[in-house]
Amino acid sequence: MGKLLLLEKAKVEGIRGYDVYRREGGYASVEKALKNMTPDQVTEEVKKSGLRGRGGAGFPTGMKWSFLAKPEGVPRHLVCNADESEPGTFKDRYLMEFLPHLLIEGLIVSSYALGSKATYIYIRGEYAWIPDILETAIEEARANGWLGKNILGTGFDCEIYVHRGAGAYICGEETALIESLEGKRGNPRIKPPFPAVKGVWDRPTVVNNVETLAAVVPIINMGGDEYAKIGVGKSTGTKLLSACGNINKPGVYEIDMTISVEEFIYSDEYCGGIAGGKRLKACIPGGSSVPILPANLLLKTAKGETRMMNYESLSDGGFAKGSMMGSGGFIVLDEDQCIVKNTYTLARFYRHESCGQCSPCREGTGWMEKILKKIDMGQGKKSDIDLLWDIQRKIEGNTICPLGDAAAWPVAAAIRHFRDEFQWHIDNPEECLVRNYGLAHYADPLKLAEPA
Amino acid sequence: MIKFSDEKLKKVDEIIARYPEGKSKSAIIPILHLAQEEFGGWLSPETMDYVATILKIEPIEVYEVATFYSMYNLKPVGRYMFEVCQTGPCMISGSDNIIDYIKKTLGINVGETTPDGLFTLKTVECLGACGYAPMMQLGKHFREHLTPEKVDQIIEECRRTAAANN
Repeated sequence: MGKLLLLEKAKVEGIRGYDVYRREGGYASVEKALKNMTPDQVTEEVKKSGLRGRGGAGFPTGMKWSFLAKPEGVPRHLVCNADESEPGTFKDRYLMEFLPHLLIEGLIVSSYALGSKATYIYIRGEYAWIPDILETAIEEARANGWLGKNILGTGFDCEIYVHRGAGAYICGEETALIESLEGKRGNPRIKPPFPAVKGVWDRPTVVNNVETLAAVVPIINMGGDEYAKIGVGKSTGTKLLSACGNINKPGVYEIDMTISVEEFIYSDEYCGGIAGGKRLKACIPGGSSVPILPANLLLKTAKGETRMMNYESLSDGGFAKGSMMGSGGFIVLDEDQCIVKNTYTLARFYRHESCGQCSPCREGTGWMEKILKKIDMGQGKKSDIDLLWDIQRKIEGNTICPLGDAAAWPVAAAIRHFRDEFQWHIDNPEECLVRNYGLAHYADPLKLAEPA
Repeated sequence: MIKFSDEKLKKVDEIIARYPEGKSKSAIIPILHLAQEEFGGWLSPETMDYVATILKIEPIEVYEVATFYSMYNLKPVGRYMFEVCQTGPCMISGSDNIIDYIKKTLGINVGETTPDGLFTLKTVECLGACGYAPMMQLGKHFREHLTPEKVDQIIEECRRTAAANN
């Protein structure tokens, strides 16, 4: 088993409470940072660690922090993005539910680095029982002197507030989240200005994912350089993956990004193989927005190399032959699953979640949903596949926020890799209602390109 | 005229105090949650207008927000709302069967409420429980790894609670 930095103590009895968490070494990073480091030194360690945003985009966290404007006399805010809503993703929920103090600890250190005296956790509304857990942890931290005025006698003041959303995937997009935190509809803003300059209440703001902020704790404890030694290349540290679908052991796993995709799926330490002894057909490795891959292209890259569970290897081959690490929502489909139906439910999801500001997304997601539903129900037309392709292409890159891309990519990838399954549905309108296309050739060994 | 109890009004003040001075509009989402819980499980125009007076904003500002977020009910709902996830990961784990089973058992379609006003069935998009699928939200909590037997138990449990509270 690889090194665990976040979930190491997750199974310790009582770790949700302050006393056990503290006894197990909790809050050491706050002591270290506030007593021995300047805010800039904390940011420097995060930069050195190579930590990349764990919400999906993978942007270097230290760099994001260094963009924060610091005009004299204007308050700044750190906002923790706990709006986890990407289908397939449930890792932040696990962290908050079982290790609330780890997040609070990371938030205090990060707030210190950024100079945020009022930090907000924006949590999705459906996680309705978790704010109580977080608020209890915040109260315990305050009672023990880790929050409030003049923390550890250093002159640093900090409060953390939990803000519960009310059901909107779009609020995971940082400018929509900011609008929502201001008490408005979650319509993304046009950038620039970036939140680092003009964020919540027009103040400089950093928005980071739950896992990202929790990772600041081990980074400060062990030092950025040591953290960067874990993992491989630009995929430093550990990553939480939430695995679901047709596997034996769905759940949240922490990996150090040096294992292969095959090992992740089949080893008993992780997913434990495909449920019911069936065969692997396809996988969406990083949350519903990232390209779906057929089994053969998932386990090996187009060059025939073993595909690894890290940022670089998962995206090897670009969108034509690869996918993305995304949010770490790992969705596995077995041989009995229908790619058309799966794509239809995802298209329905994006139509439901489109905020409606940009017409390519508002209209396009609705069109895609309707066409996919038709194909799934055996009412597809010959021209539908090309029409779908045309619509997704017209959405991608033509919207204010990335929801448009996120809606377009799953459709594009499904057609790119499973076009014959779509075609089969259209050619066999009655048969497709009673049986699935099955595994077909999707697990066959890849035909490798001749070396040049 | 509807009105929060004194205890809830204290809660409202606590919520408003989380945000910087002059930014009380930020409290709208949490206060709408509170109002929905307090005033019958849905947001009537009267409830929304009341929230507007509390926050000293125009009613339209409340309507804008209430109509955007999927957790606010703009029509009356049953006492127990089964919100069953149907997005990809739940679908491949059998959520369609669960939805069909609930429809059959309660004799209602998606979006409908049983004549006794106890149950509403709603389908929702991804709730972040993909590894524990199929699932539904019931009030504050998730009910996961659903099977027809579990659905029966949940229905029974709701009926018992309702009877005990009447």
